[in-house]
Amino acid sequence: MTKGQTTHGILKDPTLLVAALMADGWRVIGPKVRDQAIVYEVLDQPDDLPRGLTDSQSGGLYRLEAGQPERWFDYVVGPHSWKKWLFPARQKLWTATRLADAGFEIEVSAIDWPKTVFFGVRACEIAAMTVQDRVFDNGMFRDAAYAARRADTLIVAVQCARSAETCFCASMNTGPGVDEGYDIALTELAGISGEILVTAGSDRGRAILAPLALPSATDGQIAAGPATTAAAAASQSRAMVPDIARVLREGLDHTNWEVVADACLSCGNCTLACPTCFCSDVEDVSDLSGDHAERWRSWDSCFSTDFSYVHGGAVRRSPKSQYRQWMTHKLSTWHDQFEMSGCVGCGRCITWCPVGIDITREAGTFAAHPHPAET
Amino acid sequence: MANPKLAVWKFSSCDGCQLTLLDCEDELLEIAGKLDIAQFLEASSAVTEGPYDISLVEGSITTPHDVKRIKEVRAQSRVLISIGACATAGGIQALRNFADVAAFANRVYARPEYIDTLATSTPISAHVAVDFELRGCPVSKHQLLELITATLAARKPHVPTTSQCTECKAAGTVCVMVAQGIPCLGPVTQAGCGNLCPSHGRGCYGCFGPKLNPNAPALSLQLADLGLTPPQLRDLYHSYNAAAPAFDTEGRTHD
Repeated sequence: MTKGQTTHGILKDPTLLVAALMADGWRVIGPKVRDQAIVYEVLDQPDDLPRGLTDSQSGGLYRLEAGQPERWFDYVVGPHSWKKWLFPARQKLWTATRLADAGFEIEVSAIDWPKTVFFGVRACEIAAMTVQDRVFDNGMFRDAAYAARRADTLIVAVQCARSAETCFCASMNTGPGVDEGYDIALTELAGISGEILVTAGSDRGRAILAPLALPSATDGQIAAGPATTAAAAASQSRAMVPDIARVLREGLDHTNWEVVADACLSCGNCTLACPTCFCSDVEDVSDLSGDHAERWRSWDSCFSTDFSYVHGGAVRRSPKSQYRQWMTHKLSTWHDQFEMSGCVGCGRCITWCPVGIDITREAGTFAAHPHPAET
Repeated sequence: MANPKLAVWKFSSCDGCQLTLLDCEDELLEIAGKLDIAQFLEASSAVTEGPYDISLVEGSITTPHDVKRIKEVRAQSRVLISIGACATAGGIQALRNFADVAAFANRVYARPEYIDTLATSTPISAHVAVDFELRGCPVSKHQLLELITATLAARKPHVPTTSQCTECKAAGTVCVMVAQGIPCLGPVTQAGCGNLCPSHGRGCYGCFGPKLNPNAPALSLQLADLGLTPPQLRDLYHSYNAAAPAFDTEGRTHD
């Protein structure tokens, strides 16, 4: 591989890259098999990287299955997203201790984030990080811990060579090809066994790849990269309605909200599996002595009735209004708030909904039958 | 100022929730330092007379004697908190609500005429005003401590009314129903147990009772798709929180 240019190399075995990162002192968080799913956890050794696995996904169903034994990345997104690392489910913001004389001493929680690699990030997941960047570090508000974690994390992306039945990133323009926001991208080339095209996307990425001295990719191999993701895009059967932001804005009284609410469990799984949902609750806890208090931030959800509690009661009490809040925020009012969609088309809300409610199908219903208002 | 007086009462129950209080080993001395434990027969036979500032009530109401006694407990308690599935929903013994108790007594006891019991098992709140209900079979030690701490600090306890799924997702537990097809009551059950069963590859049994706004009919459709027969569905809802209204109704639908 030539140094300093847009560099493309060929890697036979991705565990060699994991091993090199570990040897260089990086904490590698990546795909791992646990409880019959691919989860994102700290890799203890390079061999934790799964191989020969694929997945089958549909509404309310995920199955990890045997795939072609030699292939490394034929599964797509699973139950976890990188959100759980950048925006932890529970985070202590500060600790307060009562002083002997008067008042409290407040200690803000330190940011504990060793130099970290996210290994195996998919295109929709990079898009999701971009969405959360806009939420947590947007000029008006800056979550210092989020920003620090994000800045100190190296992204090793994987180009999707296949799509699950629940994927609709192509219609959201967020994948399956990774265009930006990565340090290193890996493309497992279709039909050419054991060849992974390695692309450096940043100086940090180039610096890591240089010592590996990977053999250069041929022009044919470089050209095969986009063809791989194009095939994955072409295989997607689900798509989001293009002007869904307007459709929902004009359909707040649509009768279909009642229909969805009949099926919806208001369990909150869609929001918690979603890589962009960012709502949280902040609670203060005290101990029995009353001398020690802590402030914690934890994931919350528009499906939690307490989430919309204001003095005197909750604003959104019914599953119907909670689902409507979720879908209209995700696909419509997110544009007003952040000038982008809150959906990246990863399909997790479809797969991990226990009853398989499908946001693309619901969007299609609202678009196909506009304005039937409740009477 | 004297410490507030705590009383712990037992009605029809297995004692497991009181045991959760004793299980607060590291915190027990601190609790004893903040509260005058005036009545707690499972821990001590030393009893101080009422009135009491805080009463924790375990167990359901199953006998005429229980009905009388819970009113006496209420009358001498400033704050009354029911703890556990028996006290908040009638417990597993509420299965009698769906059957003929006299027939049970005739079958089991040599002298059924000695058995003075009610036809139903009912929660404490069906008989007296309750200030807070702490769910669980048994209650969670963490939530019990939080409840005691909050009550002493005169603040609202942090006890979520969301689904069990919210605990699974926060812990990173992979959904057993979606990934393995294991029937699970988590989506209609209130959080609080620390996602005990799903984190061990089991479906939720509903020990913490129905969440706020449960949609059990919609979950049942999915559980039937996963292969549960109507009797299995009925038995799933009719267990530790059988008489909690949402589980009671849904279980009867499949009877």
